[in-house]
Amino acid sequence: MVSSDTTLQVTPLHALHQELGAKLVPFAGYDMPVQYPLGIKKEHLHTREKAGLFDVSHMGQVIIKGDNAALALEQLVPVDIIDLPKGQQRYALFTNEQGGVMDDLMVTNAGDHLFLVVNAACKQQDIKHLTNYLAEPCEIEVLHDYALLALQGPKAAEVMARLDSESSQMVFMTAKTLTLNGVSCFVTRSGYTGEDGFEISVPNQHAKALARLLLGDENVEMIGLGARDSLRLEAGLCLYGHELDNQTTPVEASLIWALSKTRREEGTRPGGYLGAEVIMQQLANGVERKRVGLKPLGKMPVRDGAEIIDEQDKVIGVVTSGGFGVSLNSPIAMGYVPVKYAQVGTKLNALVRNKKVELEVVKLPFVKQNYYRG
Amino acid sequence: MSNIKYSAEHEWVQDNGDGTVLIGITDFAQEQLGDLVFVEMPELGTEISKGEEISVIESVKAASDLFAPVDGTVIEVNESLDDEPELINEDAMANWIIKVELSDSKDLDDLMNEDAYNQLTEE
Repeated sequence: MVSSDTTLQVTPLHALHQELGAKLVPFAGYDMPVQYPLGIKKEHLHTREKAGLFDVSHMGQVIIKGDNAALALEQLVPVDIIDLPKGQQRYALFTNEQGGVMDDLMVTNAGDHLFLVVNAACKQQDIKHLTNYLAEPCEIEVLHDYALLALQGPKAAEVMARLDSESSQMVFMTAKTLTLNGVSCFVTRSGYTGEDGFEISVPNQHAKALARLLLGDENVEMIGLGARDSLRLEAGLCLYGHELDNQTTPVEASLIWALSKTRREEGTRPGGYLGAEVIMQQLANGVERKRVGLKPLGKMPVRDGAEIIDEQDKVIGVVTSGGFGVSLNSPIAMGYVPVKYAQVGTKLNALVRNKKVELEVVKLPFVKQNYYRG
Repeated sequence: MSNIKYSAEHEWVQDNGDGTVLIGITDFAQEQLGDLVFVEMPELGTEISKGEEISVIESVKAASDLFAPVDGTVIEVNESLDDEPELINEDAMANWIIKVELSDSKDLDDLMNEDAYNQLTEE
């Protein structure tokens, strides 16, 4: 494995990954752990059974300050930010003028500022985008000095409560400043695995000690990006660059639930974000294609990029993520198909190495979500 | 002399001494691939020629080709891998993938011995 590329960035946990025997690969410009000696399958299962610790410090953490920060951010997302209560987090999307998705992100009302987490591969673009639109009324600060750790799984709450009992007052999609290992950290109860869990924003210089403390708990194992991907796919969650891109709208991506009622035609603040005309028109009249869950029948995985064909072998869609659902012990995938083929139970075929593999359209997520809602 | 030889594509070839060989992947290869979830087998009777793709090995992350290390005909496939591809992760040298009848036993001379292969993987 060649990982000597000097242009790769590293996270504050890089030395720890090496010490733990991680396989490091370039990802979004960072030298990141794809797996540890446990291997992707066991890492995946461990997260579903106990708790997994992920280094997601490559993601962008941005804060927006200013009296009208929420109002200003609403120009860029089809989501209600103004009425987002303090201490609450919400999933959002940066849309472009065509209604396509520039990135998906998390927005938290942290009281005197908004706290955003954006994708690693999109963060330069997102910062530029935020600066272009919001620099005038707001102050935008990129938190270069903070690492981001995710603790995910059914034991995450128990592990966190041992570090700061106040964590037990949090429910899914809320935020709180906790004292972990003597350090003040901004924590949200959310994640990217479908499990209960937390994301912890911790100052760089304290990240390694906190990770070691968490790993000292018998329930916790370090988990790489390989299992992070198989976990999110089972949870039916979108990955930017796969399910989401500049050409795909939130309506096509089956993310209508993420479009706040307030910002729709019938809402109190309809539109007013980039691409609103396209998205509102699609909400009213429907779309031609949409994201669906796909289950290959048999054992052969159907990967990203595989074409989906109809009975006449005509290409009608494409697989955007595909792999192996470790908890299901079966291949799983997501992709785009015309709406008339999007009904659960529809049988289609994908082409894998010029061979037909039968697929069934299935309900998402593939595994039950285990979020803690109190 | 060991009856196992190695290819630069990280396969092992065991000479059965009767004109047939067993072909598997090395421990180095399984380590690189990670947890295997599927092995796509060639049809019995498939004629294979050196360097050609003969099977696809799928791990959780990705699909990788298996290249023919010799010329010959596929006469058996290891069916236990259908349900348990992870057997290769557990012991790559003990779990062959395909059995091939050689077209020319001299093909084996072109493969590496264990020392040469180990040197290759240490580079």
